[in-house]
Parts: sequence; structure tokens; C-alpha cells
Amino acid sequence: MTAPPNPTSRASQIRMLCVLPAVIFFTAFWLLPAATLIALPANNGWDTYLLVLTNARYLQSLLNTLWLSLATTLVTLILGAAVGIYLARRRFRGRQALISLLTAPLAFPGVIVGFFVILIGGRQGSFASLTSSLGMGRMTFAYGVIGLFLAYLYFSLPRAIASYTAAAEAMDPQLEEAARVLGASRWQITRDAWWPQLLPTTVACGAIVFATAMGAFGTAFTLSSQFEVVPITIYNEFTNYANFAVAASLSIALGLVTWGVLYLSRVLTNDAKAAQ
Amino acid sequence: MRTSSTSRSPLLFLTTVAICIFMVAPVLVSVMAGLVNSYNRGISSGLTLRWVEQVWEVYGSTVGASIGLALACVICTLLLGVPCAYALARSRSRLARAFEELLLLPVAIPSLATALALILVYGNMTSLRQSFVFILIGHVVFTLPFMVRTVSAAFQRPDLLAMEEAARTLGAGFVQRFLGVLVPAVLPAIVAGMLMVFTLSIGEFNLTWMLHIPLTRTLPVGLADSYASMRIEVGSAYTLVFLLVILPVLWILQALTTLIQKRYGT
Repeated sequence: MTAPPNPTSRASQIRMLCVLPAVIFFTAFWLLPAATLIALPANNGWDTYLLVLTNARYLQSLLNTLWLSLATTLVTLILGAAVGIYLARRRFRGRQALISLLTAPLAFPGVIVGFFVILIGGRQGSFASLTSSLGMGRMTFAYGVIGLFLAYLYFSLPRAIASYTAAAEAMDPQLEEAARVLGASRWQITRDAWWPQLLPTTVACGAIVFATAMGAFGTAFTLSSQFEVVPITIYNEFTNYANFAVAASLSIALGLVTWGVLYLSRVLTNDAKAAQ
Repeated sequence: MRTSSTSRSPLLFLTTVAICIFMVAPVLVSVMAGLVNSYNRGISSGLTLRWVEQVWEVYGSTVGASIGLALACVICTLLLGVPCAYALARSRSRLARAFEELLLLPVAIPSLATALALILVYGNMTSLRQSFVFILIGHVVFTLPFMVRTVSAAFQRPDLLAMEEAARTLGAGFVQRFLGVLVPAVLPAIVAGMLMVFTLSIGEFNLTWMLHIPLTRTLPVGLADSYASMRIEVGSAYTLVFLLVILPVLWILQALTTLIQKRYGT
């Protein structure tokens, strides 16, 4: 005790003290609950873990969600890249304000996005008024897969626009200039000069958009869609049927998919960085 | 920068215009719907504030609750996150990297799963379940990684190491060094983290919907309730209230991010 403290071990003690509150909090309120959740389906037998694959209804819900999230990701990346490239290369008055406006919906809860779709494509929506004035009756698109897709697109696009704008601003203009001097067509420039430089953003942003779409709950909840997605299935099992083990099993499956995709994208983008 | 190829690209221009309309039009329609007498008849039905007043009467308490909750969440993530960010930035051990990875999990998996897990373990503790603290715990779990990562990146600046060392040789104790030298040096990052946590907490629905009870309603929970049970004008007016709460915070966050980029170049 009387010996002068070694500065290195003293520093590491201080670091321990600094990280301790966060470790305790995280262990008590995430690690322990998550372990409980993971262990729960075992009470109903081991095959409960595989329900999402063996039960036709849950499998359908999973396929719905995968399909919808994949379509959302593809369209979001294409449109987000187009808008991002345009905004990165043009300078005009109010450009910064426009970027702020386009990325603000990132902070909207999913329920608001669902409401927007109802407002436009629901029973009292402006689309219904339009079609009825054209003599086609009050048409709606809010409560099916189209409404869900548009809503998912709405909350995914801001992220893609922000990422691609930043990435396109950092692109090397000389590559493109060289390609143009060599007589490359616009398609060739896109493929050979733009695409490789935007690839890391595409992988990273695509993974986040896909994972967010897979886990989105508020939007589908507001639309009470006829097209069932896994988060809604989990919610129904838990709240309406008190099927805790099933809800836990489906949550694990969904969590594995979203975590796996995000992990894969990080490995891929880190490899790309290391290879450069 | 000269941009000959994009200025000749009508496809990019038209896509951008279409996406701008797609993103902005619903917000404008919603604001309009919250301020007119009848959404069906539009502006011609006359402007009114009665839907906003009705929202204030029925859901007014959720505004204060959400702001209070978000502020509490900011304070908790500050107290837990800033020292943790320091330790993780200075440590190269495997354990530290592993904890950093674990901290990210609540963001990588759907928050619905986190909410179920919390209910499974703590749902039976009635006094906790019936208070806002239960929702607060969920929000802190979800927002902590954002604070830790933002601040930890700032702590890694090499000049900070030298500053800390200088303060130490001058005889400053750790608390003095931490509060007097380190925290002021990363203050912009801390403020950015605080605003990020605030916006995330104020807009959080997926966790909150599972964790709330009728006595602990937040703004997004109230929104979902109004969309399901009130007329469309009331839902729109309520959405307008949400926008008025969230937009100033977003603008400050944006200005601050630009400031940090200008000052530190990252």
C-alpha cells in the first residue's frame, strides 16, 4: 500500500472505474434480459427455436418481410444514389437547406410515416378523392403491400441520400475526367468511375436500410396492413396470444438476420479498406 | 466544381425533383390537414386551431412526458457514456473491444426484441413497470451506443493524449484532468451526442409501445393512439405538434455538426 503506485496500473484502474457504471447498467438491462429471452423457447422444447422455418404461417411472414425489405433496399439505394450524386455535384442556393429537409424524416417515428401513407392513400386520402373525381371510385393503396413499401421507402431514403451525398462529394473528379477524355459513354463512367467509389457506401448503407426495414414495427402497426411482417407477428403472439416462447423464438430469428447482415457489411467494408 | 456531365443529365435532375416531392409533400399535406376544418374539403373549409387545441386537451401531457423522458435519457447517457467512452478510447485490450461490440447489439437487433427481453425479466416488478423509469431504461439501452461512439471518437484525437499528459505532470488529479481538460476539449462531440440521444429518445416508438402502460404515454405512443382512434384532422394536428418539438433540435444538431466539421475537419 505504501509503495508508489505504478502509473500504468493506476491508469488502467481509472479506466476500469470509468467503464464500470456502463458495464453494470448494460449487464442488468440488456445482457441479462437478452440471455433470458434466448433461453425462453427451450422451455417448450428445442424445436421451438425453428418455428419460423417449420410453421407455415411464420415462414410466410418471414418471407414477406425479407421480400419487402429487399425490394425497399434495392429501390432506396438506386434512388438515394441518384439524388445523392446530383446534390453532391450541383451548387445552388438553398442546397444545404434542401439536404436538411430531405434528411429530417430520419427523426420521425415509424408511426408518423404510416400516417402519411394513410393521409395520401387511405380511405379519406387525397388519392381516393382524386380517383373518385375521375369517376373511378375511391381507390386506396395504404393498407396493402404498396402502402407498406412506399412507407418503408420514405423512412429509408433520407439515410441513403445523406450517405450518398457525402460519398459522392468525396469522389475523385480526375477519374471521371480521365474517362471522359478517353471517350467513355455516360454508362461507362457510371460503371467504371462512379460505381467502384460508391461501393463501400452501397454495402454499408444497404445493410442498415435492410436491417431497419426488417425490424420496422411502428409503420406496419399504424397501417394495420393486410400484408403481415415479422415484427407484427411477434407483437401479436406476445400481446394477443401471450405466446411468450413463440414471440421470443421469432425475435431471435429476426435479430439474427439483422445482426448478421450488419456484421457482414462491416466485415466487407473493413476488408475493402484493408485491401486499399 | 464544374459538373458538365450532371448538368446535362435530365434523369438525375428529374429523379431528384420527384424524390423531393415524395419526401416533402406528405409533411405539407399533414400540416395543412391539421389546420383546416375539414381535410376532405381542404383549405376552402377554412383554417382553424381547434384540432390543435383538442390535441392539447387530450394529449398535452405526452409532450411534457416525452421531453422530460428525453432529457433524463440525455443525462443518463452522459453519466454512463462519457466516462465509458474515455475508457474505451484509451484502452486497447480485447475486453474493451468486446464490450464496445456488445454495446452496439441493442441497435443491431430490432428494438421489439429488446423490449420483450426487458418485460420478461422486469415486467413483474409492478412499481418499476408502472413508472416512466421502465421506458427510460429501454431508451438508455438503445441510445447509449450513439453517445459512446460519438464521444469515444473525439477522445481518440492524438493531441488530447499530450494535453492529458501535460496536465498530469503539472500535478492535476484524474477528476481535475477529466473535467478541466478532457471534457472541454471534446465538448462539441458531447453536445452532438446529447442532441442525437434527445432526438432518438423523443421519436422512439418500437420499444416504448411495448414498455408503456396507459399511465406512461409518450408523444409517439399518443400519436399511434390518435391515428387509431381520432379523426384524421386531430392526428394531423398532433403530428404538427411533434414537428414543432423536434425540428428546432434537428436544426441545432445540424448547425453543430457543420461547426465540428469546420473546426476539426472530420
